[in-house]
Amino acid sequence: MNVVEASGLGKQYGSTWALRDCSLAIPAGHVTALVGPNGAGKTTLLQLVVGLAAPSAGGVAVLGGRWPGSPAALDGIAFVAQETPLYKNLSAADMLHLTRNLNRRFDQASAEARLAELGIPLQRKAGRLSGGQQAQLALTLALARRPRLLVLDEPVAMLDPIARHDFMATVLTAAVDDGVSVLLSSHVLVELERVADYLIVLSRGRLQMAGELDDLLASHRVLTGPAAEAGRYAERPVVHVRRAAAQAHLLVRATVDDPVPPGWEAHPVGLEELALAYLREPGAAALPGPARSRQAEPSEVTR
Amino acid sequence: MTLDKDDSEAARPAAPIEFRLDAASGVPTYLQLVHQVEHALRLGYLKPGDQLPKVRDVVASLAINPNTVLKAYRELETKGLTAGRPGQGTFIEATLSQVALPELSALRRSLSGWLSTADEAGLDENGIVALFTSALRDFYERRRGSRTGGGAASGRTEGVA
Repeated sequence: MNVVEASGLGKQYGSTWALRDCSLAIPAGHVTALVGPNGAGKTTLLQLVVGLAAPSAGGVAVLGGRWPGSPAALDGIAFVAQETPLYKNLSAADMLHLTRNLNRRFDQASAEARLAELGIPLQRKAGRLSGGQQAQLALTLALARRPRLLVLDEPVAMLDPIARHDFMATVLTAAVDDGVSVLLSSHVLVELERVADYLIVLSRGRLQMAGELDDLLASHRVLTGPAAEAGRYAERPVVHVRRAAAQAHLLVRATVDDPVPPGWEAHPVGLEELALAYLREPGAAALPGPARSRQAEPSEVTR
Repeated sequence: MTLDKDDSEAARPAAPIEFRLDAASGVPTYLQLVHQVEHALRLGYLKPGDQLPKVRDVVASLAINPNTVLKAYRELETKGLTAGRPGQGTFIEATLSQVALPELSALRRSLSGWLSTADEAGLDENGIVALFTSALRDFYERRRGSRTGGGAASGRTEGVA
């Protein structure tokens, strides 16, 4: 099953396209990282997925072919927007009460247990909690709805290193315990390498790269060699070139089995280097066809 | 850095080893886990029958992707070092250590003694590593040579290759 499936998806605000011609499929069971510079369309894509925005073009389906605004989709998806939206004057207990009454499904016991484990006092007003505790409270409310897909928009941007670590540990533990799929946008590239196993790169409203992280890393290499010869390398597609006076680094689409030219060295590439190289070359794209054709059951993409 | 909750350690018996990650090493996360298990096996910290940390516990303490841990555990199973028991976890099947823990610490003590002698003689870390590596190579080359019945020439070729 694909938790998200988009086909020619676009969103126009006034005369600008925040997102255009986006086609992708995210299989269930992944922690997917959505990366891209500010204004790349990350939040727009997330809002289309959770049904807070309607497409201007194309379509998007969630949880195996359902329309994002449908009751099944609303029940099965939990969304935590940027800057942890909470009613700052309500206590943690009141926030639990409110969320329980606004949702058909709410696991009060597990939410209370989680807050107790995190040491978050139930009677304290949300606005008086630390940044890390507010993020954990919003996450607890989202997880108590027992979603099949958890969508997080820049969840750790405002948190200190320990709060970031603990927040991601909670998210990933939920992935183990409940099998929830996760889709999160983030700027912190270095930490994503540990957390994510599926990567989506957006740039200027267009999809640049989508696929399983291991596949993407295994299909790219960095070649280091003499700058004078950099222009002559044409065996495999070159994504990005970093050139100094004497030495050049080429990020190429090649595997360990591809030949390395004499006088050149090949190195594996990490998530950060790969994503940065693509973001610096908005014209480049790595969209493996199999990701969409691999889907097990046919699912209908609706508007 | 350990960010484990104290109560979780007290609640259940501690696993024989705990994983750590080096973000700067450039080694993929799953391989770091594989290497740490192999290292612990060589040094005798892990022995057959021991249980590896549960996937959930590794995920919770390191905040890493569950599939990364599963991939590492699959790799260890493929190597024949571990076996998964359904519903229980992953257990050590084979051993990589040739000697027991007490002998290992005795060997380590005598090596430490040699290291301080080398240090007093004025060798720095790189010098010690170079000397040790070269002595180690000579030792195995000589042993191979004597085993093949004085075939010194063949021993040398192997060493070079």
